[in-house]
Amino acid sequence: MLITSAIISGLGLGSMYGLIALGFHVTYVVSNTVNFAQGSAMMLGAVLGYTFHVRLGWPLPFAAGTALTLCALFGLIVERALVRPFVERGSNAWLMATVAAGIVLDNAMLFTFGKEPRSFPSVLADKPIQIFGAGVYPLQLIIPVVGIAIAVVLHLGLNHTRRGKSLLAVVQNPDAARLMGINVKSVVAVSFAISTALAGLAGLLIAPLFNVNSDMGTLFGIKAFAVAILGGMGSASGVVLAGLAYGLIEAMVTAYLGSVYTQIVVFTIVILALAVMPNGLFGRAAVNKV
Amino acid sequence: MVLEMRLLSRRLLLAGAAAASLTVALPAQAQETIKLGLVAAMSGQSAKSGEAIVRGLSLALDEINAKGGLLGKKVELLVRDDESNPAKGVIAARELVQREKVVAFFGGLDTPVSIAIVPFANQSKVPFMGVWAAGTPITRNGAAENYVFRVSAVDELVDVALVDYAVKKYAAKKPGMILINNPWGESNEKGLKAALAAKSLPFSGVEKFETSDIDLVPQLTRLKESGADALFMVANVAPSAQVVKSLDRMGWNVPLISHWGPSGGRFSELAGASAAKVHFIQTFSFSGNSSPKAAAVLDGLKKKYPEIKGLGDVTPAVGIANAYDAMHLVGAAIAKAGSTEGQKVREGFYAIDKYDGLIKSYDKPFTKDNHDALSSSDYIFTYFKGDEILPLMN
Repeated sequence: MLITSAIISGLGLGSMYGLIALGFHVTYVVSNTVNFAQGSAMMLGAVLGYTFHVRLGWPLPFAAGTALTLCALFGLIVERALVRPFVERGSNAWLMATVAAGIVLDNAMLFTFGKEPRSFPSVLADKPIQIFGAGVYPLQLIIPVVGIAIAVVLHLGLNHTRRGKSLLAVVQNPDAARLMGINVKSVVAVSFAISTALAGLAGLLIAPLFNVNSDMGTLFGIKAFAVAILGGMGSASGVVLAGLAYGLIEAMVTAYLGSVYTQIVVFTIVILALAVMPNGLFGRAAVNKV
Repeated sequence: MVLEMRLLSRRLLLAGAAAASLTVALPAQAQETIKLGLVAAMSGQSAKSGEAIVRGLSLALDEINAKGGLLGKKVELLVRDDESNPAKGVIAARELVQREKVVAFFGGLDTPVSIAIVPFANQSKVPFMGVWAAGTPITRNGAAENYVFRVSAVDELVDVALVDYAVKKYAAKKPGMILINNPWGESNEKGLKAALAAKSLPFSGVEKFETSDIDLVPQLTRLKESGADALFMVANVAPSAQVVKSLDRMGWNVPLISHWGPSGGRFSELAGASAAKVHFIQTFSFSGNSSPKAAAVLDGLKKKYPEIKGLGDVTPAVGIANAYDAMHLVGAAIAKAGSTEGQKVREGFYAIDKYDGLIKSYDKPFTKDNHDALSSSDYIFTYFKGDEILPLMN
C-alpha cells in the first residue's frame, strides 16, 4: 500500500515537473536560451483557467484553450522583449530579465487575481478510484499520460519532420539556417510560445489537485529546472524521464525515510548525478566550435 | 438608552473631530497623534488574516478615539505588509519604530515573522503586541526586559488543549502529527510531545510537509501504518486543505484535530466536503455567542464595513476578536503609563487591572512572568459549516 501510493504520487508529480521542464528543453534546443519565468507561466495557466472557467463560467475546453493561448502569448512577449534584444547584443542578461518577468507576473497576479488561494474543482479530481489499495484521482493518471505523449510528439516532431529539423538547424548554426531560408526569428519565437503553453498546461492540470494562487509556480519552476538539467537539456525524453525519476524519488524518500529528509536527499541525489554525469542523464556534451 | 447616548456622543465627537481636522492646520494635527503600527500579511496566502486584524484594530481604535483618544491625543494606525516574509517583517518593524516613531505595534498571523521581529522590539524597547501568531517563544523569548505581549493562543497551551480534546472526544491512544515544516510546526512539535508525555501517551509518528506540497499521501500513509488513531494538524489554511484532500483520497477517516490554521481563509472551498470533519481551536467565535459585547462588536463591524453582511464574513473571528481586545489593552497600558515612552508603557501593561473585553473579562491580564492575556481555559473547539465557523458543543 505504501509503495503503490508512493509510486502513483511520484509519477503524477514527476510528470508535472517533466511537463514544465519540457518547456525549458524546447527553447534550449532551438535558441540556447531558457525562460526562467516558466514557473510563472504555469501559474498563469492555472489562474486564467480558473478565472475563465470557474469565475466566468465558460465551458472548460474553451476556457482552457483561451488560457493556453494567452500563456503562449506571454511566451512570445518574453522572447521578443526580454530575450531577443539581449541575445542580439551577445549579452546573457536575458537570464535575469526572464527571472524578473516571472516576479513581475507573480505580483501582477497578486493584485488582479487576489491574495487568497482558490479551489479549482474538476470532475476528474472528485471521486478517487482504487488501484492496488491506493486511492487515486483519474486526473493523476491522466497527467503522466499527457506528459509522456507530449514528450513523444516533441521528440518525433523535432527529429523526424522537416520542420522539426529546421528548428534544430537553427541552434547549430543560425547564420547557415538563415541562408537556407529558415526564418530563425520566428522559429525561436514559436519555441518560446510552445514552452510557456506547456507550462500553462501543467498549471491547468495541477490546479484541481492543489489550489490556484499567485505564487504557486515558484517552487515548481525551480524543481522543473533541476529536472531539465538532470535530464539533459537537449533531450525531450531525457527531461520527461528525469521528471518522473525526480517525482518518484521524492515520493519514495518521503514514504520510507520521512518528509524531513525529502529535500535534503533529493537535491543531494541531483548534485551527485550531475557530478557523475555533468551533461545530465541523457544529454550530450555541448561542443563549442571556435 | 445608555447605548443610544453613547452612540450619540460618539457621533458628536466624530463630527467634532472631523470639523477640527478641517480647521486645524494639518501638520500640527499630525504631530498631535499617537501612532500605533501593524506588521501583518496584507497580501499573499494569509492576506485575509491581515484584513481581519485591521478590522478588529480599527474598530477598537474608533472607540478609543470617540472617547477622546489617549493622553488627550488622537490615535492612528499605520499598516505595513510583511507578505508573510520574516525579512520584510523586520524591515517594516524598523520603519515603523525608527521613522514613524510608533508607540507600540501589533503583529500578524505568521509565527516566523513575529519571531524575527521579537529581538528588534526588545532592543528598541517598543512594546510589540501579538494578536494572532501563537508560537510559544514569541512572548516567552528569554529577554531580560521583555517588550512582547500577546492576546492570542500560545502553542504550548494549545497543544495541551489539543491532546486533552483527542483523549476526551476520541479516546485517542496513539495519535500522530502532521505539521508544516517551519518554526510554527517546530514549536508545536515540542509542545505536543510535551503535552503527550505529561499524559504518558505515546505518539505514532511525526510527519512534516511544505506549503507547496500537493500530495501528502506518502506522509499520511506512514502515519496510518504506524497505527495513528487520531491526527494533530498544524498548518495554515491552504496546506491544511491539502491534508484533508489527501486523507479523502486515501479513504482514511481519522479524527483530525487541528490548531487554528484552517480558520485563516476559505478552508471549506479548498478542502471540499470533508472540511467539516476538522475540529480546530479558536479563541473566539461570534456564532453561538450570546454576550452583548459580541453583538455590539458585530454591529459595529457591519456599520464600519458594509461588505460584512453575515457571520460568514467575519471568519476568522479570532483575528478580529484578538485584535479588538489587544488594541483596547494597549490603549489601557498607554493610559496607565501616562506616557508614550516604551519602558513606561511596558510597566503600564502590568498595571492594567480589569478590562471587560470581547473574548472575556480580563483581570490583571499581564504580569512580569506572564505576557499572554489568554490561557487554555479561553480556547474553544470549532468546525466549518460552509463558510461559517461554529463552536462544537462538548
